[in-house]
Amino acid sequence: MMELFLHQVLAGIATGAIYACMALAIVMIYQAIDHLNFAQGEMAMFSTFVAWQLLEWNLPYWAAFAGTIALSFAAGVLIEHVVLRPILRAPALSHVVAFIALLAIFNSAAGFIWGHGIRSFPSPFGTQPIFGQTLVSPHNAGIMGMTLLMLVLLYLFFRHTRIGLSMRAAAANPESAQLAGIRVGWMLALGWGMAAAVGSVAGMLIAPIVFLEPNMMLGILLYGFAGAVVGGLTSPVGAVVGGVLVGVIENLVGTYMPLLGRELKLTIALVIIIAVLTIRPSGLFGRHIVTRV
Amino acid sequence: MSAALLETQQLCAFYGNTQVLFGLDLSIAQGGITTLLGANGAGKTTTLRAICGMVRTSGQIRLSGASIAGKRVEDIVRLGIAHVPQGRGTFTRETTEENLEIGAMTRHDRRAIAEDIERVYAYFPRLKERRKQQAGTLSGGEQQMLAVGRAMMLRPRLMLLDEPSFGLAPMVVEELFEIFRTLNTREKVSMMLVEQNAALALDLADQVYLIETGRLVTSGPASMMRDDESIRRSYLGY
Repeated sequence: MMELFLHQVLAGIATGAIYACMALAIVMIYQAIDHLNFAQGEMAMFSTFVAWQLLEWNLPYWAAFAGTIALSFAAGVLIEHVVLRPILRAPALSHVVAFIALLAIFNSAAGFIWGHGIRSFPSPFGTQPIFGQTLVSPHNAGIMGMTLLMLVLLYLFFRHTRIGLSMRAAAANPESAQLAGIRVGWMLALGWGMAAAVGSVAGMLIAPIVFLEPNMMLGILLYGFAGAVVGGLTSPVGAVVGGVLVGVIENLVGTYMPLLGRELKLTIALVIIIAVLTIRPSGLFGRHIVTRV
Repeated sequence: MSAALLETQQLCAFYGNTQVLFGLDLSIAQGGITTLLGANGAGKTTTLRAICGMVRTSGQIRLSGASIAGKRVEDIVRLGIAHVPQGRGTFTRETTEENLEIGAMTRHDRRAIAEDIERVYAYFPRLKERRKQQAGTLSGGEQQMLAVGRAMMLRPRLMLLDEPSFGLAPMVVEELFEIFRTLNTREKVSMMLVEQNAALALDLADQVYLIETGRLVTSGPASMMRDDESIRRSYLGY
């Protein structure tokens, strides 16, 4: 009984790491632009297709991995300049429409270029279980390791570099940042680039599990959102913890309430989002933001 | 009088289609403290925002003779104009020291930046006590000091001060204005001060511009304004 529980928790942490990865990308962009980017999942999917294409051209895995990150970063910067810059001061609804448009564009473009067939995507960590156990596959362990590594790198970047401090300043108080001479526009573009890069890593790590196809991110993005909301949209650490929690909850519900778990998988994510927003709107780790009037 | 550091000619400013300033000719002396007085809604804050390129303007703005009209805020700031905005512009989630580092973001001389942070702490010892504290938790007076400190980090030629006394206790205001005087004489920072509290501003400044609904009413040395009974009564309210 206990063993089953532990087993399911561990498996939950493993899937949770995927959501954590996505949640991290969501929080990154939210920190930089103060909006939720609905197209984040599709951008990650598109990046993963780019990685697949690079692998098809016989690049070694890690070269394709690095190349994809660099290309995604550049694409993120470009998207900010071409799509978002003109509507910088427009109301939130304009941004929502732009994000939905990006979502549709990336989804169709991927289908148009690479087709809708399901492809397998290799894992750099192998699929042989470690220690002969089947609890956690090496790939799942790899996802967890990479997510933690990204978290540490992002933390160091934002806390201990001048450019990271500039980005925080530009996001928190754009007008005051401008008065300090910070080029706020460039900081936003950098934020988009970094979010796209983090998203591409998430996509490449997730693809070996869910298989590569234009709709691969649909469910995962929803769980990523749930994770980000649970942890608090202002906290990268919260995003990771939230993502893992959502994974564990999903798995436990699936095990102990099979009826709910199978058929209403995505509903669980939505229920979690609504519950957190009702009870603790700023999330477990998020800061409560007070606006002075 | 020494040469003008900043000059405007026929300066107009607009919010959308609404015109707020109507052809202001201002001249801020090198090394001096100029104050801009006027009632609520006269366009004082807008004048400062116009100088920094934060609102749409027409007319000439020259810094040491070179035109800065139409330039971007970040570029104007980099020319050495530090704007201490109304509301203080604190980065509330960052620490006091990070706020000061943000003020020096356009500079790259690490050692000089560290020295300047210590210099700010020497002027405002209370900020040093709170250096690792989130700036949002500082008192109003401390946040105003931090805003001035952040402006100092730019090593500006000109400091634009927008209502620095707003909402502060008289003791704190006195302390702050004493420091403005020291900054002006010792660090040779020229200043443009916008104040509701006319008596306070006239005490500090040497040159005065009086505006009403976006137009210049009169200008002259501060001592003259202080002694002019009719101006004091009709415009300065004391």
